[in-house]
Amino acid sequence: MNATLRRTPLYERHVAVGARLVPFAGWEMPVQYEGVIPEHVAVRTAAGAFDVSHMGQLHVDGPATESFLQSVLSNDVTRLSDGEAQYTLLTNDQGGVVDDLIVYRLESGSYLLVVNAGNREAAYAWLKEREARGTEVRDASDEYALVAVQGPHALERLDLPEAPAFTHAMGEVDGLEVMVCRTGYTGERGVELMCPEDDGPALWDAVLARGVTPCGLGARDTLRLEVCYPLHGQDLTTETDAISAGLGWACALETEFTGVDGLRRVKAEGPASRLAAFVMEERAIPRYGMSIEGGGEVTSGTHSPCLDVGIGMGYVPAADATPGTELVVDVRGRPRRGRIVRKPIYRKE
Amino acid sequence: MAEEYPDDLRYHPEHDWARVEGEEAVLGITWYAQDALGELVHYEAPEVGATVTKDGPYAEVESVKAVSDVVAPLSGEVLEVNEKAVDEPETINADPYGEGWLVRIRLSDAGEVDSLLDPEAYRAHVADQ
Repeated sequence: MNATLRRTPLYERHVAVGARLVPFAGWEMPVQYEGVIPEHVAVRTAAGAFDVSHMGQLHVDGPATESFLQSVLSNDVTRLSDGEAQYTLLTNDQGGVVDDLIVYRLESGSYLLVVNAGNREAAYAWLKEREARGTEVRDASDEYALVAVQGPHALERLDLPEAPAFTHAMGEVDGLEVMVCRTGYTGERGVELMCPEDDGPALWDAVLARGVTPCGLGARDTLRLEVCYPLHGQDLTTETDAISAGLGWACALETEFTGVDGLRRVKAEGPASRLAAFVMEERAIPRYGMSIEGGGEVTSGTHSPCLDVGIGMGYVPAADATPGTELVVDVRGRPRRGRIVRKPIYRKE
Repeated sequence: MAEEYPDDLRYHPEHDWARVEGEEAVLGITWYAQDALGELVHYEAPEVGATVTKDGPYAEVESVKAVSDVVAPLSGEVLEVNEKAVDEPETINADPYGEGWLVRIRLSDAGEVDSLLDPEAYRAHVADQ
């Protein structure tokens, strides 16, 4: 069964240190090394490294690329200058989310889209089908390794200068040329380092040699959920719209893009349900798919290592989505109380 | 702690142990089970007085990533729940046969004990996993 799973350029490294490997979105990925909780804490207090080479890289190039991307992505791509990046959504005709991604402007007419591993084919096919004259979409995912280094000490450990979030530049780590992206999925300061696939293992070794803790997808999930970053396939799907998901800030509704009419309507009328964050007040861990009393559903749930309680996000009727509202989650037949909170669930002191 | 399956316990193939003490038994999960689950963050214990049935689930343990039923190696009535394991589930990882026990039961059928694996048989069972 595992024969069909893909492996990143760092696979041998993970095996060598005894990482626990699991299937994830068609890839065999490390879910943890020492343990989810110590890895989570390392990222919140020092620095952690994640192999995210399974994510997809789509190059979109050509003189018509800016207008093409503007027509398919929710955010305003014309606001980007060279060296800047933006969180944005690939939307369908109904305003549902095909994928959420980061678009990097490399130079005029040249963009890089980093998409979710599980949506790489769907995002590529979606874009390729709509590709206009004067622009070309190319799936370059197999050419790159991607290592996220996150945490309050990440830059210091890597000897990298400070830079604003959502910018990128070429840089160097121990002689290896990397694209240094000021992006991440943990709520901490840090970078995502992209390099040619063949340099991946050397980059990983260099990062770890600088005292950065290797972290698996388990900690990546708890970290992102504490700061309420949505996960596509759970919190966002082709059936959920960006406004209800609380991603109106990533939708430039004054521009014209696929599904914008539907989103304008939801915005004007107000969503029927909203993606709300909550914290359990009774001892229980909410999980994906559990129902919420009053007609809601948990789309992400875990135990928060920082808060030491069950936390989650889920769609609830808009009237019940106000912070402070009590909610009841059906935890395998047991009703357990929680409370809606303002996002993010976890804030640095 | 390192992998260990003490000689004074009897084992269920679903990775549960029982320490039989006369008409009572203390139950818990094995080193193998806690290692497979990872760091435990929740122990959903049964009520005192609840009936547990051999081979049936009587509790749940959860790691950050997953929830798992705990299967009763023996039948009986719950006399006591380990509140320390409820309050500090990581105790189950740290000391699965000692401070990390789960419940104490009064046996309803002491004859069931003979159907459990002895340590040697359980070690062989784990080696096959």
